[in-house]
Formats: sequence, C-alpha cells, structure tokens
Amino acid sequence: MAEGRMRGSAAPNNLYFPLTLTLSLREREFSRQYHLKRELLKFAIFTILVLLLPLAAKEGYILNVLVFVGIHSILAIALNLLLGYAGQISLGHAGFFGLGAYISGVLTATHGQNPWLAMCYAAGAVGILAFVIGFPILKLKGHYLAMATLGLGIIIYILFNETVDLTGGPSGLSGIPNLTLGTLTFDNDLKNYYLVWTFTLVAILLAVNLANSRIGRALRAIHDSETAARLMGINARFLKVQVFALSALLCSVAGSLYAHVMTFVAPASFGFNFSVELVTMVIIGGLGSIYGSVLGAAILTLLPELLRAFQDYDIIIYGLILILMTMFLPGGLVSMAPVFMSLLRGRRKQPGGAHAEA
Amino acid sequence: MLKLKNINTYYGQVHALKTVSMHLNKGEIVTLIGANGAGKTTILNTISGITPPRDGEILFEGEGIVKLPPDRIVRRGVSQVPEGRQVFKPLSVEDNLELGAYLRYRSREGRGEIRKDLEKVYELFPRLLERRKQMAGTLSGGEQQMLAIGRALMAKPRLLLLDEPSMGLAPLVVQEIFRVLEMLRHEHGTTILLVEQNAKAALKLADRGYVLETGKVILEEVASELLENKEVQRAYLGRDKKEIWER
Ligand SMILES: Nc1ncnc2c1ncn2[C@@H]1O[C@H](COP(=O)(O)OP(=O)(O)OP(=O)(O)O)[C@@H](O)[C@H]1O
Ligand SMILES: [Mg+2]
Repeated sequence: MAEGRMRGSAAPNNLYFPLTLTLSLREREFSRQYHLKRELLKFAIFTILVLLLPLAAKEGYILNVLVFVGIHSILAIALNLLLGYAGQISLGHAGFFGLGAYISGVLTATHGQNPWLAMCYAAGAVGILAFVIGFPILKLKGHYLAMATLGLGIIIYILFNETVDLTGGPSGLSGIPNLTLGTLTFDNDLKNYYLVWTFTLVAILLAVNLANSRIGRALRAIHDSETAARLMGINARFLKVQVFALSALLCSVAGSLYAHVMTFVAPASFGFNFSVELVTMVIIGGLGSIYGSVLGAAILTLLPELLRAFQDYDIIIYGLILILMTMFLPGGLVSMAPVFMSLLRGRRKQPGGAHAEA
Repeated sequence: MLKLKNINTYYGQVHALKTVSMHLNKGEIVTLIGANGAGKTTILNTISGITPPRDGEILFEGEGIVKLPPDRIVRRGVSQVPEGRQVFKPLSVEDNLELGAYLRYRSREGRGEIRKDLEKVYELFPRLLERRKQMAGTLSGGEQQMLAIGRALMAKPRLLLLDEPSMGLAPLVVQEIFRVLEMLRHEHGTTILLVEQNAKAALKLADRGYVLETGKVILEEVASELLENKEVQRAYLGRDKKEIWER
C-alpha cells in the first residue's frame, strides 16, 4: 500500500499514518471473519461430501473400507495435534488406540457393561494414563522422545499379548457387541459408516477449533522454540502434556469404535507397525493440516487394498513413502493445494509457505 | 523494583553466575556489559526463570520470584527479548505479536485492550503493520528485532529485559530501537535492563551500568562515569591502550 513511506526510517509518518492504520485494522477485522467463514465453509462442504459418499459407494466392500478411513482419520488427527502442531513425536499411539479397543472390549464382552459407558470409561482412563505418563516422557526431546514413546507402545502391545486371562492373548477377544442407539443397532457397514463419521466430523471440528485458537498458536510456538514460547508466558511443559493426553483420549475413542465395529480385537492391530503407519498418514497429509490428516488416512487405508500383492511388505512401502515425502514434499500433500488451485484457475503461482493452514 | 541478592547459577558443573547482586530502580534503564561468555544472558534467563539459580534471592516489586516458573514471572510483569530474537519463524507477524499477549487473553481484561496495544506496536514499528501477514522467518534481521521487541511489549511489561537488541543491525535501525526504549521509559515508566555488546551506545542511553566478568559483577557505576572509566574504555569501548595513554 504505502510502499514508499516504509523504505526510509521506521518512524510513523504522521501525515499518512492514522489513515493507513485504521484502514489496515478494518481490513484485519475483515480478514479474521473471512478466515472463520472459510473454515466453516470448508467444514460444511466436507460434511456434505461425507453424507453423500455412501450413495456413490454402492458396493458394501467400499463402504467397509470407508468405515476404517473414518477411524484412521480420528487417529491421524489426534496424532497431528501432537506431531504437527506441538511438534512432539509419538511412536506409541497405536498403544492408546489398542487400550481404547481392549478396555471397551473387555468391559462389554466380559463384563456386560453398556458400550457407550465403556467408551467413556476407556477414554477417561487412557486420557489420565497419558496425562500421568506425559509429565516425565515429554521432558524428552527429539530422538529420545521417539524412543520413549516407542517403548511405551511396545509395553502396551506386550500387555495385550501376555494378559491372556483378560484379553485372550494373541488369539484375540471376540463377542464384543455392536453399539446401539435406542432400537437402532450399528450392525452393518452403512450404519457403521454414519456412526464412525459422526465421530470423525466431531473430531475435525474440535481439532480445527483448537488449531485456530490461542492454544493452537501456542502449540505452534512451542514447536518452533520452546524457550521463546516459555518467555511468552506459555506453560510449555503442561501444555504439551495436555495435548498428549487429549491426543491419547481421541485415539482411545477411535479404539472403542473399532472394537464395536469389528466385534473382535487382536493385539496384531495395535503394534509398532501401526504406530509408524499413523505417523506416515500425518506426514503424507501434511503436518499441521487437519484435513490433510483425513487425506493421509484415506490414502494409507486404501493403498493396501490396492496393493494386496505387497501385503507383508507394507511397512517397507510406508518407509519408502515417508522418505520420498520428506525429500520432495515436506509440507505434505496439502502443500500442493495452492499449486493445484492455481492450475485450476489457469494461472501459475508460486506454492505458498511450507506451513499449510488447518 | 528488581533486586538480585547473591545469585549463583550453574549449568551442570559450570558455575555461570558467582554471587551476583544487582538492583534496578523503577523507571531506570540499566545496562549490563561484559565480554562473550561473561554471563549476561544467564542473568536475564535467571531473572525470567528459564535457568533458575541454585541459591540466592530475586525480589520483583518486593516479592520473591526465584522459585516461580517462567509463565508466572511473565504474569507478574517481566518480559524478555531473547538473544538472537527468536521470533516464531513459521508464524505470521501478527500471530507472533498476539503470542506476546498470550497470558492476557485469559485475564479479565477485554480483547479490546489487547487490540489497542497491537495498534500501538504497529504505530511504534509501522514496518510490522505492512508485513503483518508475512511469516516472521521471512523478515529482515532488523524487522525481526522490531518484532521481538513488539512481541515483548504485548505482554505490557513493567520490567523489560533485552538481550543484545542491536546485534547485527545497521546503525540507523539501532538508533530507532534505542529511541523506542527511551520512549517506553518516558511514556510508560517501563524499567529496562539492557544487555549490549555496543557498550558505548548502551551507556549513553542508560542511567547506570554493571560490568560483568566471568560470572562476577566487577563494577557498578552511573553510566556517564562508566563511559569515562579507563578500564571500561579499554576493555569494552574499543579504544586501545595507546589512545588512552596519549591523553
Ligand atoms: N546451556 C549451557 N550449558 C553449559 N554452559 C553454558 C550454557 N549456557 C551458557 N553456558 C556457559 O555459561 C557462561 C555464560 O554464558 P552466557 O550465555 O550467559 O554469556 P553471555 O555473557 O551472554 O555471552 P555473549 O555475549 O556471547 O552472549 C559461558 O561460559 C557459557 O559457556
Ligand atoms: Mg549472551
């Protein structure tokens, strides 16, 4: 706007300054509302898409895969809050997912507890567990944090295998009831689709809200420089622990859903491989992009279906994808969005900064 | 306003501050000079709670703050502009500034107040207004320093700690920043503790100065006297021995 004025000293030029300032402030107010509206619009479009998708997917099999895309999306979003926003790695998130599934499974199948209540108990227990473990573990940084969370995931995995009386051990736990709502029982793919995606949409709404709030800003600050963040008055240690707990809690809810959809759980679904898969989803979609996580979850859930031949080598494929992504597209697939959009508009623009919006 | 009594700070085995005592009166600008590694940054970090001392006492407005975590100390009215700016590079200029007011969003004071202060910072550094949507990491060094100062001001500090704000900046920008500090003291009565390599400029601005050597305070004087002090001139003001002998 007032380019020339700025070139000289930084002193306010009294002639132009008040005018430019008020104009810019009004513009800022406008842009904030605009941002909010855009987020709402995005969510609305996405919701409609989710609601209509089953019409296109007539085949039950595809619907079944989409149920898992929904569950994986919740997990990827949960991990993204921790990894993409707060910048803290976890290689043990499959463990929290498994805890949710097993707590729900054991409480309902073995003890006849109401599934919805079991889901709440599981979420509470896993949230509290993560909160307590979070304090010592999140003092670690980088590789050390990766190792510690890896260890945590492995311990939980071993527990599922070894506590045979409780969990059924390696052969798994069966007889988990479906969720019900009044007279409605979620016992087929279509019903499960709407059940799971309702949770996914709520998770998206929650995550987008958090990301755009003052807390989201604080998390990104911690990501960039923890010391500087603490100097702003951000209680970095506590905030990291809180996000860790929230992230684990969301994983637990996804785990409960998984248990009731599958009606059967086994330790193999909650091992180290799956933790890596979750990290891959987040990175493919884009660190710090909520819808990117959904995209990442969709790709990694559909991919194995397409690459059946590689079944046992899937972890190698994820590794390769991770390497290629970090080398060539560190912002994730969503960082391609601006390029894509400008191509659509028939104009070529430089891709925006690496930090994609939520 | 601020009082440090016999502060000892360690990094593991390294004894970085050795029984340091100093004080700042309300509305004063005090500068801290010393060679690289003397412990200047450590003093600031000790005050703001980033590297708490092993023993000793720090009183801010009469109350002990030694055991408090940094966020509590910020809440009491102490803001630090860290060494090397440390703006949040992937965040926009405006996000950086709003992070400066992080604790104020939860306090009772309305968002209107925060917005007004945002306007004030933009008035102080119009360049930031022009670039408010730009990622902070893409600002020039001088602009980043302005942002770091603006960000600290958003907390409405009564005590402002600055760690080498002039590092790597053109003389004109340094002048600009020092002018802002002067104005802050004048209009808001902000107390300022200024760490500077540019000792001459800092002593001209400051009321008093402390000289730090290997973790110890070796001199405390009115700024104008430090400017005249031969030892200080030789060691920190860049005049060589010959020049001093010739006088
Ligand atoms: N994290 C750390 N671990 C170990 N020693 C440290 C650490 N930080 C600083 N030190 C040591 O403490 C002493 C004081 O460091 P400090 O950063 O306070 O110096 P300074 O006066 O700010 O120097 P400069 O002018 O170069 O910024 C130095 O000897 C330094 O090596
Ligand atoms: Mg220093």
